[in-house]
Amino acid sequence: MNPAYQPYHPKWHRKRMPIFWWLGQLPYVKFITRELTSLAVGYAVLLLLAEVWAVARGAAAHARFLGFLAAPPVLAFHIFVCAALVFHSVTWLNLAPKALVLRLGGRRLPDWMVVAGHYFLWLVASLVVVWYLHGGF
Amino acid sequence: MRRSREPFFWALFSSGGMLAALVLPALAIYLWVARPLGWVQAPTSAEMAARMAPLLVRLVLFVLIALGLFHWAHRFRYTLYDGLQLSHLYGLIATICYGGATVLTVVAAWTLWRFP
Amino acid sequence: MPQTTETISLEVLRYRPEESAEPEWQTYEIPLRRDWMVLDGLNHVKDTLDGSLSYRWACRMGVCGSCGMMVNGRPTLTCATYLAALPPGPVRVEPLSGFPVIRDLVVDLRDFLDKLRSVKPWLVRDEEKPLADGEYLQTPEQLAEYKPYSMCINCLLCYSACPIYALEPDFIGPAAIALAQRYNLDSRDQGAAERLDVLSQHQGIWACTFVGECSAVCPKGVDPAGAIQRYKVGATAQWWRSLLLPWGKR
Repeated sequence: MNPAYQPYHPKWHRKRMPIFWWLGQLPYVKFITRELTSLAVGYAVLLLLAEVWAVARGAAAHARFLGFLAAPPVLAFHIFVCAALVFHSVTWLNLAPKALVLRLGGRRLPDWMVVAGHYFLWLVASLVVVWYLHGGF
Repeated sequence: MRRSREPFFWALFSSGGMLAALVLPALAIYLWVARPLGWVQAPTSAEMAARMAPLLVRLVLFVLIALGLFHWAHRFRYTLYDGLQLSHLYGLIATICYGGATVLTVVAAWTLWRFP
Repeated sequence: MPQTTETISLEVLRYRPEESAEPEWQTYEIPLRRDWMVLDGLNHVKDTLDGSLSYRWACRMGVCGSCGMMVNGRPTLTCATYLAALPPGPVRVEPLSGFPVIRDLVVDLRDFLDKLRSVKPWLVRDEEKPLADGEYLQTPEQLAEYKPYSMCINCLLCYSACPIYALEPDFIGPAAIALAQRYNLDSRDQGAAERLDVLSQHQGIWACTFVGECSAVCPKGVDPAGAIQRYKVGATAQWWRSLLLPWGKR
């Protein structure tokens, strides 16, 4: 018998959410990993800014920056950052049709078409970026 | 009932996320993996300066950096609320995230405006 | 010839506040029949083993939304889950997570019902057409716009799967937003602006971070996650439009 129980005054049970709820199930782990890629995005744009700043300060500063990029632990970390950025892109583009409902001639475009369109855009944007960095146009 | 200001930040978050998704992987792999490993011919410092100099390019870089920062700010804010259950620190976290993003955006604007 | 019946263990999280302040597990051995759902197992327990077990069920065919429970940690309709299809070993049955437990497997749904009412889940018209004008006509395309969202049976598996609902008690939740969209996208409805006032609060759509588990567990394919994301895009566009063009219709 529960001595704290008052007849006809039931006590409802509320379970507290544990702090590491997101480790409990695979879909939640995938969700938190996906959300943490925002750190990779923030880091990437700041590294870009750092290179702009180094180039602005002259060849010596830029050479130091390139030396920093080539250091093995930094390089290893950046490979991890690149993987995180790709994960961000893949998860983001795969979810595009959920938010974007496009209609052509009254019929709704199927999801795979919206996703394919986004991946094509990703390919084109990547080619433009690489071409520009490589010296084209 | 007063409507939330979230749509402002959500617009920055979603456009930043889309831009980052389309442009950052190629940029990152080229500049920070392929170039240090010697897979591509590294442009000289003068060549890099020439690439970054045009106003249009600097504008694109600014938009990329600003939206990327605000994408991080909005998303990380919610990751802290939900992942670490810190929603009682609502104001503090919002200030740190959006405030940090704003400060760094101003730094980016200043750096790119005064380039080289 | 004696026939050995296969049995399976049902581990049920009981909660009887008059017995104990905390929930306790209780195990029942029930026959494993090929055609039995988890609900049939629970009915067997209540009929023959332990009449004190409390749980909700009604149609037993997946249209009423009453029998939602956690089975092996995942929110499902117990009338739609075969015992034989579950992994071997004891089957854990718990009340739907995210809701206060009244007793055993029965949870309190009033929070959801209040939130549902707040989004006005009915056709809102500025002016009703007189009866003599006939019915409101709708093309198949107009019906297809909102049809998936009308499939919701209020089973609340999505609320159980949503971590945000568990973390933020004020969050309006997936089903309420999907049902709001069901009416917003209905060509006969004129109430989108009224619903926007409720949904554009912080605990409306903006608390959602697109985990997506709501759509993964929905037994009727309603896709509340998609409904919420579409609404975010629409609400954001409308917010910017009203900011940049304030003279336009609100």
